[in-house]
Amino acid sequence: MNKETIISARDLSLTFQTNDGPVHALKDVSLDIEKGEFVSFIGPSGCGKTTFLRVMADLETPTSGEISVNGVSPEEARRARAYGYVFQAAGLYPWRTIGGNIRLPLEIMGYSKADQAERVDRVLELVELAGFEKKFPWQLSGGMQQRASIARALAFDADILLMDEPFGALDEIVRDHLNEQLLQLWARTQKTIAFVTHSIPEAVYLSTKIVVMSPRPGRIADVIESSLPRERPLEIRDSPEFIEIAHRVREGLRAGHGDDV
Amino acid sequence: MRQSLIPVLTVVVAIITLWYAAAVWLNAPWAYDKAQRAGVELSVSDMVVDTWSQKKPKLPAPHQVTREIWKTTVKKKITSKRSLIYHSWITLSATLLGFALGTALGISLAVGIVYNRTMDMSVMPWVITSQTIPILAVAPMIIVVLNAVGIQGLLPKAIISMYLSFFPVVVGVVKGLRSPDHMQLDQMRTWHASSTQTFWRLRLPSSMPYLFTSLKIAMAAAIVGAIVGELPTGAVAGLGARLLAGSYYGQTIQIWSALLMAAALAATLVALIGLIQRIVLKRMGMAQ
Repeated sequence: MNKETIISARDLSLTFQTNDGPVHALKDVSLDIEKGEFVSFIGPSGCGKTTFLRVMADLETPTSGEISVNGVSPEEARRARAYGYVFQAAGLYPWRTIGGNIRLPLEIMGYSKADQAERVDRVLELVELAGFEKKFPWQLSGGMQQRASIARALAFDADILLMDEPFGALDEIVRDHLNEQLLQLWARTQKTIAFVTHSIPEAVYLSTKIVVMSPRPGRIADVIESSLPRERPLEIRDSPEFIEIAHRVREGLRAGHGDDV
Repeated sequence: MRQSLIPVLTVVVAIITLWYAAAVWLNAPWAYDKAQRAGVELSVSDMVVDTWSQKKPKLPAPHQVTREIWKTTVKKKITSKRSLIYHSWITLSATLLGFALGTALGISLAVGIVYNRTMDMSVMPWVITSQTIPILAVAPMIIVVLNAVGIQGLLPKAIISMYLSFFPVVVGVVKGLRSPDHMQLDQMRTWHASSTQTFWRLRLPSSMPYLFTSLKIAMAAAIVGAIVGELPTGAVAGLGARLLAGSYYGQTIQIWSALLMAAALAATLVALIGLIQRIVLKRMGMAQ
């Protein structure tokens, strides 16, 4: 794969002004994400991992520094609908069917009716929810709802997928299954994925690059390039390489944390 | 529905019992008065029978009111000036028009408040102030002013009705339109949705449960407004006019039957909104 930088951040800082004084959510963060990479952001709460993702999505404005998404500013990228964003909660509208929920961004973006229908079919297939188009969200389990929300983010042609702890609220068995599916989906769609998590095994299992972050101020403590092959069965988690990478992540988290664990 | 039947019936029976007892208590002095003047000794049973059948009792007994309602609804032609159905229709038409105007005004104000910062800061205090003014004082002036510019009949009453009913709609719909959480709004932003798209696809559907709750209160307020609006018009027609005429001539039975009719009307209208609410929210997957 030829290298092409999709997201590039240079000395990015973001300070929130609160009643208790300024909070340095991000401080001098620099990072490049290449096309087709799967990058995980891991760290304790308050380390700025979600804030970083939200800056990429133009949901927050950095106080200083530079960031480009697809070669343009995050705002232009957002206007060009360059990314799909998956939130912590599925956020499906109860008054729309699963198909209707996936159609929502397509309607907003002005896709033709026929195109909408074709895309809904395709992404439902992709997340293994074919046949659930006419069901309402409450008729689906939590894991299925989150899959539907991923399908919704995939329905339009965004090459970037930003995911903010999408499986955080799910139990471990469902999570394993969804992780496996997500890897297959990534392999098939060739998307660039930025993925926020607080689970070490999840980060190591999924990523080609793991960004370890630490809090106060939010900064990057370590960037680990994964040596694992792209093809990853669940059993890979018992391999020595996997355990070694997980160990390095844990070390990075501990170093960034100082004594206040 | 079935489980609530027995409790509801129990309450109804209790109310009717209390009502009969109160009728005896309140009407007894007049019964004894009459007996004394006629020079007869009144037994307890005669007294009770008398308190439940006086022509102008302080508190008419339930069966007297029921008989009056029966007489003035079923037995009278609808076109007759003495038909309660005719008067109810007059009030109902003003109520419905006022309710429709109030709902439209309430929703428009709410949309303005949610989408326009200036309106957000300036309108709400006035909306609240408007409700602190006693409607009974404003109603005659509205009637007089509108009459001076040649508007009379249904519209002035509907405007008073609107004045009372727009308030709960504004408050409820503002809350409803603001009910989508940060995540849902951020989500719309990631899709670069316009504010019109966000309104129709997210804010408005989200506000439905709030809207229906407000509409129920607004409907009850609208009927009060319509009745109040009928009082200063010289008591020509409508349930308000029946109330006023009844009190002029001490026709307590007529007052109570008009009151019960108004209550039944309000209950029916509110129940109707409740029914629509249940159907709509169920279809929207938002039923509680």
